[in-house]
Amino acid sequence: MNPCPSLHIQNLALHYGGQIIFENLNLTIQSGQLVALLGPSGVGKTSLLRIIAGLEVPFAGQVTASDNVPLSGRIAYMAQQDLLLPWARVIDNVMLGAKLRGMKPDPDRAMNLLERVGLAERAKSLPVELSGGMRQRVAIARTLYEERPIVLMDEPFSALDAITRTKIQDLAAELLAGCTTLLITHDPMEACRISHHLVVLTGAPARLGAPVEVPGIPPRAPDNLLVLQTQAELLRMLAQ
Amino acid sequence: MRGIITFAVFLAVWWAVTQFCPVPPYMLPTPQSVATALVAQRNLLFDNTLVTLAEILLGLFFGTLMGALAALAMAALPPVQRWLMPVLVLSQAIPVFALAPLLALWFGFGMTSKIIMTILVIFFPVTASLADGLRLTEPGWLDMAAAMNASRFSTLCHVRLPAALPSFASGLRVATALAPIGAIIGEWVGASSGLGYVMINANARIQTDVMFAALFVLCVLAVLLFTIVDRTLRKLIYWAPDSQRGFS
Repeated sequence: MNPCPSLHIQNLALHYGGQIIFENLNLTIQSGQLVALLGPSGVGKTSLLRIIAGLEVPFAGQVTASDNVPLSGRIAYMAQQDLLLPWARVIDNVMLGAKLRGMKPDPDRAMNLLERVGLAERAKSLPVELSGGMRQRVAIARTLYEERPIVLMDEPFSALDAITRTKIQDLAAELLAGCTTLLITHDPMEACRISHHLVVLTGAPARLGAPVEVPGIPPRAPDNLLVLQTQAELLRMLAQ
Repeated sequence: MRGIITFAVFLAVWWAVTQFCPVPPYMLPTPQSVATALVAQRNLLFDNTLVTLAEILLGLFFGTLMGALAALAMAALPPVQRWLMPVLVLSQAIPVFALAPLLALWFGFGMTSKIIMTILVIFFPVTASLADGLRLTEPGWLDMAAAMNASRFSTLCHVRLPAALPSFASGLRVATALAPIGAIIGEWVGASSGLGYVMINANARIQTDVMFAALFVLCVLAVLLFTIVDRTLRKLIYWAPDSQRGFS
């Protein structure tokens, strides 16, 4: 029983001022899986994510869900910055989506989510009083509050220190289990640890490589030999 | 503390100049004679200070209200922005003070012409600062609001407006500093009361000490007003970078 649809990206093309960023891009994310997308800067990863989120219009191609219901309103988007509103308390940041849609916020559910990210005591704090890791945890709670079946994440953990990042990756993998998720990352270790499988976007115009499978169920331990081996392979692939 | 020292040094230099330079008292009165005038004329000064203060406050209130509404209209309706902004920028090319006689002619010697003068002086900084703040919202917040299916109006109310308030506050600070100038210029051109009226009157009668006393009261009033507005804004808009609190 899984309510999350799978996501199909078909023949997607994006041009910028006459320049082809990518063409004929095809990718399927199976229902409830987390796919990591790696690639060098400027290759078009963020643009791809923004197209899926409906924030940008592609030159050609389409993104659909397996249940044929339109994607609008079913996608949660998590950016590189935590994007917490500095004037709103933590709990109000978590419930921001409801407020923006003119719906009644549900403080109980928000508190529940804050408990799951370990920040229940900080519900009334302002974002400025939190550390970077705590802020990103609030952003995860805000993303989960949306209860969207599809989650897009654009390097959400890249600004954190290595130890905080590892902890938050585990937390995200645990909490997002069951959602159909596309994660953009620069970090091969992150991709190997928390994704079901990963793809690499490289070149100009950019092309998607064949999916790389990491054996085992995420989140995998950082000292897992297979994780380390795949990471080494990836680094070689990305450096080419 | 620094303010008190600066003020003391200023008084000392002033006193020294009147003492050791051959300046006649009708050009530069001594600090003592100004203090005497301040005490002797306290009723006159107090009554007229109230008039000027009322003009400043009413001008600030209506100018801020109108400026904020104009900026919000520009943010909500792009055509308003396209039509209003050039007019606003052009209006800044007209020296507002040159309009003062006209305002006295149209709105009389009463308070109205001074309040309108004050509104004219502060309208642009208020409108421009809020309009800028509304225009320069962090793009990530707008993307996030769009992904959350927020309407344009809801994004304006819950994201763009609060995000613009720190910039708006800078405009309000400038407005608070400018507002007394607007009121005083209005009074100089034609009035029957107010600190500007006292100054013009004293000047015509060569009561230079009274003129200085009125000027002193005006300075104190302007500094107090600015301090109160500045402190209040810092407290209300706690997320502005210059009033940030926190641990990190």
